[in-house]
Amino acid sequence: MNIQQSPNFKASDYKSGLTPVWCPGCGDFHVLLSVTKALAELGTPPENVAVISGIGCSSRIPAYTNCYGFHGVHGRSLALGAGLKVARPDLTVMVMSGDGDGFSIGGNHFLHACRRNVDMTYIVMDNRVYGMTKGQPSPTTEPDWDSALSPGGTGLSPFHPLVIALASGANFVAREFSGDIKGSTRTIVEAVRHPGFSFVEILSPCVTFRPDERQWKTQTHAASVEATDDPARAARRIMTDDGFNVGVLYRGRRKPYETHVSDLAGDPAILEEEFAV
Amino acid sequence: MKTPGELRKSISFAIIGSGGAGALTAGAILLETAGKAGWYGIMNRSVGPQIRGGEAAALVRLTTHPVDCMAESYDFVIAIDWRNADRFAAEMPLAADGLAIGDTAGGEVPDVIAASGITVAQMAMKDLAGSVQGGRENMIAAGLAAKLAGLPVDTLMAVVEAKLASKGDEAINASRACISIGVSEADRFEQSFHLDKPVTGSTGRWLITGNEAIGLGAVRGGIRFAAAYPITPATEVLEWLAPALTRVGGALVQAEDELASINMAIGASFGGRASITATSGPGLALMVEALGLATASEIPIVVVDVMRGGPSTGIPTKSEQSDLNIAVYGCHGDAPHIVVAPLSVADCLFTAQWAVHLAEAMQAPAIVLSDQSLGQARALVDRPADIAFVAKRNVLGSEVEEAYDRYALTGSGVSPMALPGTAGGQYTADGLTHTVKGVPSSKESDHQNQLDKRRDKIENFDYGNHWADIEISNDDCTDTQFTILTWGSLAGPAREAMHTLAAEGISVKLLAIRLISPFLKQNFLDALQGSQRILIVEQTHSGQFHEYLRAKCDIPGEVRHFHRAGPKLIGPAEICARIRDWKTS
Amino acid sequence: MTAGVTSKVIGSAGELLAHAYQMELEAQERYGYLADQMEMHNNADLAKLFRELARVEGIHAGDILEQMQGMQVPQINPLDYKWSGSESPEALDMGDMHYMMTPRQALLLALKAEQNAFEFFDHLLKSTDDEDTRRFAAEFAEEEQEHVELVLKELKKHPESDERTREDMDPPIQQE
Ligand SMILES: Cc1ncc(C[n+]2csc(CCOP(=O)(O)OP(=O)(O)O)c2C)c(N)n1
Ligand code: SF4
Repeated sequence: MNIQQSPNFKASDYKSGLTPVWCPGCGDFHVLLSVTKALAELGTPPENVAVISGIGCSSRIPAYTNCYGFHGVHGRSLALGAGLKVARPDLTVMVMSGDGDGFSIGGNHFLHACRRNVDMTYIVMDNRVYGMTKGQPSPTTEPDWDSALSPGGTGLSPFHPLVIALASGANFVAREFSGDIKGSTRTIVEAVRHPGFSFVEILSPCVTFRPDERQWKTQTHAASVEATDDPARAARRIMTDDGFNVGVLYRGRRKPYETHVSDLAGDPAILEEEFAV
Repeated sequence: MKTPGELRKSISFAIIGSGGAGALTAGAILLETAGKAGWYGIMNRSVGPQIRGGEAAALVRLTTHPVDCMAESYDFVIAIDWRNADRFAAEMPLAADGLAIGDTAGGEVPDVIAASGITVAQMAMKDLAGSVQGGRENMIAAGLAAKLAGLPVDTLMAVVEAKLASKGDEAINASRACISIGVSEADRFEQSFHLDKPVTGSTGRWLITGNEAIGLGAVRGGIRFAAAYPITPATEVLEWLAPALTRVGGALVQAEDELASINMAIGASFGGRASITATSGPGLALMVEALGLATASEIPIVVVDVMRGGPSTGIPTKSEQSDLNIAVYGCHGDAPHIVVAPLSVADCLFTAQWAVHLAEAMQAPAIVLSDQSLGQARALVDRPADIAFVAKRNVLGSEVEEAYDRYALTGSGVSPMALPGTAGGQYTADGLTHTVKGVPSSKESDHQNQLDKRRDKIENFDYGNHWADIEISNDDCTDTQFTILTWGSLAGPAREAMHTLAAEGISVKLLAIRLISPFLKQNFLDALQGSQRILIVEQTHSGQFHEYLRAKCDIPGEVRHFHRAGPKLIGPAEICARIRDWKTS
Repeated sequence: MTAGVTSKVIGSAGELLAHAYQMELEAQERYGYLADQMEMHNNADLAKLFRELARVEGIHAGDILEQMQGMQVPQINPLDYKWSGSESPEALDMGDMHYMMTPRQALLLALKAEQNAFEFFDHLLKSTDDEDTRRFAAEFAEEEQEHVELVLKELKKHPESDERTREDMDPPIQQE
């Protein structure tokens, strides 16, 4: 046979042998697929990638990859990821979580991760619900969505992650739909390559508690305008779109967080001088 | 000319002042002067609630021998002004032959001092300073204190010059003039409190705070990453680490809160760098969930808690030992981890370094329970010995066998940890109960095995003789009737009490515990062999340490318990009094 | 957004083979994942069905690999395959799944996937003049048509009249 040199890695090289516990139909399966395809496209060896998460259905993802993974506690994945990336700038760090994990309990970390601009990629699988705990409203849930915990709906306006990311200083902002695997893959590749903190919100249906979200397949559509590097323009666009606009929306030029760690350990003895009387 | 009094082994004085008068600076300069002249000493501070311009007291103790605690009675107090000084008056009881000198232009002498019967003298600090172009009251106070204590004035001048080098000749000359005024003013007083010659044989002197010592110990132990969120009285640990880490190839990140700082430390350690964070009670409360994560996922980290008065925001600037319970028991679930407590300012270095070693060796979180009285105290100590303890993590090599089990059940309970970048070592660290591979599991056997593993690695570790300091006042006396049993920062006062009592012919054993958790029951009982009367001493309101010990074992002999909340520190005299009482009862 | 039936310009037999091979591989892999998912959710009938479909696609992939021997086959990056949709036409959309799915529902989705695959090759056949490409396109279209027939035959065993909506008698379980 004469197949020309095949790529170094196939998407399947980034998958572990574990079968996800997700409900069949869940958008998170697609995200897993897109991430593995993106990593294959990037060609980073699996052992040089770390997938960091919090708690939730979506946050189960690290163990389904063949990368180094950390399934931390609820809401703190960005902090785990930032610590890791600062300590190990050589790694590709991908933080992945859900809308509850990332925007509710982890909301503060989201703001500061955007602002800190550490070179990593943050993917939120937004299904506008707490899946893992059986269907409670999250910060992105519509005000009239009825549930046991919020009969008749919360009456609260949903939180707008993309605008918040932009306002907080994220260097790359995109929205994707999980079912658009090619689009998601492309965007993830770009997000990883883009310096600084890249935020990708992937609309990922929860077919169990939000069966209506199966409609996203027909509702989402490609962004009709090119991505911009002007935050003001990006903000206006994101604020006025219909929420189903997918693609890269903003590519910033901010300098990523600087890290200076080195293995050439200086001798701690130099630190003692200041104490001698 | 006055007659010099008896030379002393220890003197204590306070310099107080408000509105930016520089009392703390004067205290620090005097401490350094004493150090340069070969003495030992320790300085703490008491401050008002203001950020700037508040009333402040520099509490200084100088000694001829190494010292680990403040004195309970003061030889003299110098008030640059007396404004709001009643706030501190109770903290600095003056000795019967004591002296209080101050400027009543700014406030009245506090009642407790005025009524105590000691010599109270007026000195117009403000006017005296005003007579010198650019003169400062605190330098007059420094000159006065130096002369009263018998510190070499030349050395004082040299220290001040070095400090003011950047401010130019004018400032230096003004300070010199003020110091001279203070020195000559001292002649007005009958009393002097001269120190005896220092003991010799020292390897050089260091001037260091407990918080700095923790930072240095951590870096010596191998820490190369820190995550920080400021909180009193722990901030100086982090502020010291920030530039220090950069100098040795590490990094410090300021986090958005303590939830983030501990998780950053865990993330960095997952990546293979020994990591630390430092906080105080309120921050530790926020970190507790992640401590459980580090325990379950077996990621080593060091968390320093410089304790302050609690609960809640409590008394941020004052010491207490009341975070013992949360440090030991804070985690939900069965979460064995390490809790250690430094026994003195100098020991902050050793204990922090040891903590790094323990955490890394056992792949578990280690909490260092320091407190404000150590952390913010600046002490003159012998140059600490170099210690061999360094971070030595059991890391998976690059030759990975077929099936790597991150959480393999090994004899020691410690299993090789793969670091990201190692091909074939990929695993997912997890706070969920997991199999040996790290795969989530709710199986009874997996839960049991992993709980056992995490317990065994900590319980079976060889802690050597570092778990406690055990001292006996008279080496030739084996039938020690009394034992003072304490932990952490109270080791200093307890040791001093032991020496005082020995001089009175009462032989006392000191058992000061450094390793709080795990509790080494057999070592503990062995150390108490022959003790008939045990006085447990701790700085908590509810007696947390006592209850902890009681929960762990039956303490032999007769037990008495002396405990009190902060902010008033328990001192040697109070401990002595209790032992004397007991002896005569 | 997922299945694409029209191929963009495919210029050579080698390129076509690369696409055909990839299509079968992905279909095999996809059916395998779906079988895993159904096993995880204790839908044994469907697990078996998907496993079988994966086996068939695997055989087909093997056949194509054989045909590729000695041919000039280009290497194509995952994102550069010329599917008109988001994924290869023969891969089922995982988003269409449901754990209570019946074999008939699954077969209908499989049918659509096989038809998509047929149309991919059929469209190519009609739009290219290259002899070699036409030869392979015709052959693969025929094979896909056979798969369509196979699925249709299987569907007959699960007539609509037999369909009973399955119902989950248990509430969802909350975790973590
Ligand atoms: C400290 C803490 N609080 C609450 C929970 C319970 N909990 C688990 S997952 C979850 C919400 C997850 O929602 P989301 O991040 O949207 O993920 P999804 O399951 O929808 O993918 C909650 C509240 C927890 N594990 N820890
Ligand atoms: S509950 Fe919802 S989010 Fe969770 S796995 Fe099922 S479909 Fe996905």
